[in-house]
Amino acid sequence: MDAEQEVTGRTPGVDVEASRRALAGIEPTPGVAKPDPILVADSVTRTFGGLTAVDVAHLEVQRGVITALIGPNGAGKTTLFNLLTGFDRPDTGTWSFNGTSLGRKPAYKVARMGMVRTFQLTKVLSKLTVIENMRVGATAQRGESLLAAMVAPLWRSQEKANTDRADNLLERFLLAEKREDFAGSLSGGQRKLLEMARSLMTDPELVMLDEPMAGVNPALKQSLLGHVKSLRDEGRTVLFVEHDMDMVRDISDWVVVMAQGKVVAEGPPDTVMADPAVVDAYLGAHHDAELTFEEEEKILAEAEAEIQKEAQGHE
Amino acid sequence: MDFNELLTGSLQQALGPTAVVYCLAAIGLNIHFGYTGLLNFGQAGFMMVAGYAMVTMSTIWGQSLWLGVLVGVILTVILALMLGVPTLRLRADYLAIVTIAAAEIIRQVISAAKFSDDLGGQDGLTGFIKPFRKMNPFDEPVGIDGVVMWSPNDFWVMTVGWLLVVAACLITWLLMRSPWGRVLKSIREDEDAVRSLGKNVYAYKMQSLIIGGLFGALAGFVVALRSATVGPSFFATDVTFFAYTVLLIGGAARVLGPVAGAVIFWFLITVLDIAFGQMTAGADPIIPASIMDSTQASLMRLIFMGLGLMLLMIYRPQGIFGDRRELAIDGR
Repeated sequence: MDAEQEVTGRTPGVDVEASRRALAGIEPTPGVAKPDPILVADSVTRTFGGLTAVDVAHLEVQRGVITALIGPNGAGKTTLFNLLTGFDRPDTGTWSFNGTSLGRKPAYKVARMGMVRTFQLTKVLSKLTVIENMRVGATAQRGESLLAAMVAPLWRSQEKANTDRADNLLERFLLAEKREDFAGSLSGGQRKLLEMARSLMTDPELVMLDEPMAGVNPALKQSLLGHVKSLRDEGRTVLFVEHDMDMVRDISDWVVVMAQGKVVAEGPPDTVMADPAVVDAYLGAHHDAELTFEEEEKILAEAEAEIQKEAQGHE
Repeated sequence: MDFNELLTGSLQQALGPTAVVYCLAAIGLNIHFGYTGLLNFGQAGFMMVAGYAMVTMSTIWGQSLWLGVLVGVILTVILALMLGVPTLRLRADYLAIVTIAAAEIIRQVISAAKFSDDLGGQDGLTGFIKPFRKMNPFDEPVGIDGVVMWSPNDFWVMTVGWLLVVAACLITWLLMRSPWGRVLKSIREDEDAVRSLGKNVYAYKMQSLIIGGLFGALAGFVVALRSATVGPSFFATDVTFFAYTVLLIGGAARVLGPVAGAVIFWFLITVLDIAFGQMTAGADPIIPASIMDSTQASLMRLIFMGLGLMLLMIYRPQGIFGDRRELAIDGR
């Protein structure tokens, strides 16, 4: 327990239950205001050539809860992640973290402010050992400045403290046995665990996980679920992208749905999953009706009419 | 064949001033490529700027060599900044393109006829070495009798040079065991991961480029002191590629890799050179003139070196000191 308390140094005063209760009364409409938003985005757009990948009018993320970001492939979830964390620049828009505007802030500064992300394709530092991977995560290291680096006594005590913290996290994420192995020798699931543990070394307030469950076997999935919940329980805010609906339903307090770059719905998991707009976005409008011959004809006729209309429009 | 000459000549080169030059250049490349993953193909450019700065301070302005060294260091830092500012935010390939081009631009400009009054053109510059030789404590040839001998001047350059190598290795070791070095290695593995952890990747890459360039500058100083002259031909692109070969033989990302690499490289290349020279020399050579004459033989060392480098990359890609385990991992 001691270790966890040390880890949560940055976020002592968040009452998880209060945050969750506060969400209960909120109207589940896209772009709705939250009582205590940690992250606010306004009219953020990003286009790649002719394709508008992200076009988010307004989005708020409530502090102290787990928010899931779902949507079909190509909905712009990862692009939005990249934009919010400074890994990509939007064409328009403003967004802020804890009230501080993040426009044009480079990725490393965003991370230092307490908003740290993981990647869809896990990025472990293959040729460094697991424990070295963890040590890199620690922020404000004295030994990371060039001149101090050469004088070991200046940073040795801090290094030891960081190593202790890293060992505690490895213990918690079931990686202690792999401590001296190269990160590149870990399995896919273990890499996900390592990446999550490493991001915690920065002591973040907001953890953004990009598909934490992708490619993870079912047994490990359960323990990962537990880890994500434990992040919330120690007072961190979690925003994650995921395709696994069971996981989303199981752990998230709030769900935001994106489709074609826009936020099409948001609300508590049960409400959102029953929302016809969401079901349409995922499965297409006709997913639950059996297609009869007449209907098929009708759809075809509609489609042809549309094509003709467009063709005329172009002439 | 005269095996005594073979051994003597090879040892002379393996520990001699030229090995020192390539060792220092490779230590710089080790910081760039081995630890940070920066592809600097213009190490010769850093060497040239430093070497010429030291010499011209003496020949043109009549200043001391010490001041020349200081100016050389400053100019090297400026060169690193000029190369790094536009390219280090981009993908690794851009630095490679810019550095190789910059090194050639520098060489062409310095050797241009227009500046030959001050910079000596293709012939280079001489007449600066006296103060350095005056400090030479050796007044007769040094070495092991019958095995290997160096002239007093060469041995003085070697003494200074190997001391610089020791200092450079010590600095490398101190840096690479620290959290700073860990960030560098992390950048080599995955820049974006490091960025996501709140490190200013650009600043670290710049520091790496400067420090590696400064080790290159030391190599440039030793070039001038070794030959008592500087000329454009000492800094052609093959200098950089030989330095890379030295680094890969010894093993990248190992503190002593460049040292072992430089000694082995110059030993082997001299052995090949002398051996083929002897085999094609004389009235009745071992290799008949119909197969190979002595001019062709002088190129054989490069052919064999290339072959050796290929075999090394296939069978021991980690070099002499490298860790096989690291290469077993293909993370990307």
